[in-house]
Amino acid sequence: MGETQENTSQLPEVIEAKAVWAVLKEKFGDAVSEFDENPTMPFFEVLEPERWLDIALFMRDSPKLRFTYMACLSGVDYPEEKKLGIVCNLESLGELGHKIAVKVRCEREGGVISSVARVWKTAEWHEREAFDMYGMTFSNHPDLRRILCPEDWEGYPLRKDYEVQETYHGIKVPE
Amino acid sequence: MGLLDAKISKHNVLVTSVDNVMNWARLSSLWPMGFGLACCAIEMMATNASNYDLERFGIFPRASPRQSDLMIVAGTVTMKMAERVVRLYEQMPEPRYVLSMGSCSNCGGPYWKHGYHVLKGVDRIIPVDVYVPGCPPRPESLIGGLMKIQELIRMEQIGISRAEALKKLEEKSMDPSQLIQEARKSAKAS
Ligand code: SF4
Repeated sequence: MGETQENTSQLPEVIEAKAVWAVLKEKFGDAVSEFDENPTMPFFEVLEPERWLDIALFMRDSPKLRFTYMACLSGVDYPEEKKLGIVCNLESLGELGHKIAVKVRCEREGGVISSVARVWKTAEWHEREAFDMYGMTFSNHPDLRRILCPEDWEGYPLRKDYEVQETYHGIKVPE
Repeated sequence: MGLLDAKISKHNVLVTSVDNVMNWARLSSLWPMGFGLACCAIEMMATNASNYDLERFGIFPRASPRQSDLMIVAGTVTMKMAERVVRLYEQMPEPRYVLSMGSCSNCGGPYWKHGYHVLKGVDRIIPVDVYVPGCPPRPESLIGGLMKIQELIRMEQIGISRAEALKKLEEKSMDPSQLIQEARKSAKAS
């Protein structure tokens, strides 16, 4: 195990991502967690979620980072820790070429994460999807409505403890 | 009907019943509503296109429910779509027919257990005349289903209900298992 970890940290993508993380750690200090050398997608977590928007803006605009592209934003449910979260896959597309994933978490009930829809346009619909499926809200999102489920749907379908409703507008839902 | 091939040269007289003429007219120009819901719709489009050419049966999709007499429910009916399907159905003039194409629309298909957003069978909201099984059904199966709709129309008479026509169709249909068995046997032998 130790040896494979040694090897994975030698992957060029991981080394690049670590350099990115070092820049952010220096700038934001305790708001940024330790670096995870996951070979598939190296990531770090934003420990002070209220600073996520500043971090995002810095990642996009700093000449050393230039994360011009958000590839994906997904929601995650952590029922044991009573948390919800998002994972953002970012890339400096056509500029510096490096990639990193950022995780942000919030409370499971009534949790709020600041929206980065104004930083990366991709985030607008992806945040709506995360809201639709998990129920966290994104503060200052331009148009936070359900995107896939009907607007009057009950519950958040991708939560681990989701139970489907019995009827929808008088139509039986379950099998 | 073969009338056009029969080379009617003299001034002949044809005698038939009103039922026959009306049924013939209806079944020879079934106009489905042009809408598809998921992967099955791709197969339906392929059936409409030149390889399978539904137009030879007088079947071609219309852009409005008000001009259609057949609804092919081709694909996954989500809960969000279900109410729209009902509304479209209600906009169709009678007599109207519904063909449910594919497992999704028949019973929820692959979303039977965990598809929280899928209606488990379009027959929960509108009456279905013919079900075509498959995921997706091949164009041949869809054509088979359309032929069944035509047979159903042939069973209709002035004054009998759709349910009675369906019953007549059921009585007339045969169980294909015998034929399938024989086909299998001969395929093995050859
Ligand atoms: S029955 Fe199969 S092919 Fe048809 S819509 Fe459902 S999943 Fe797609």
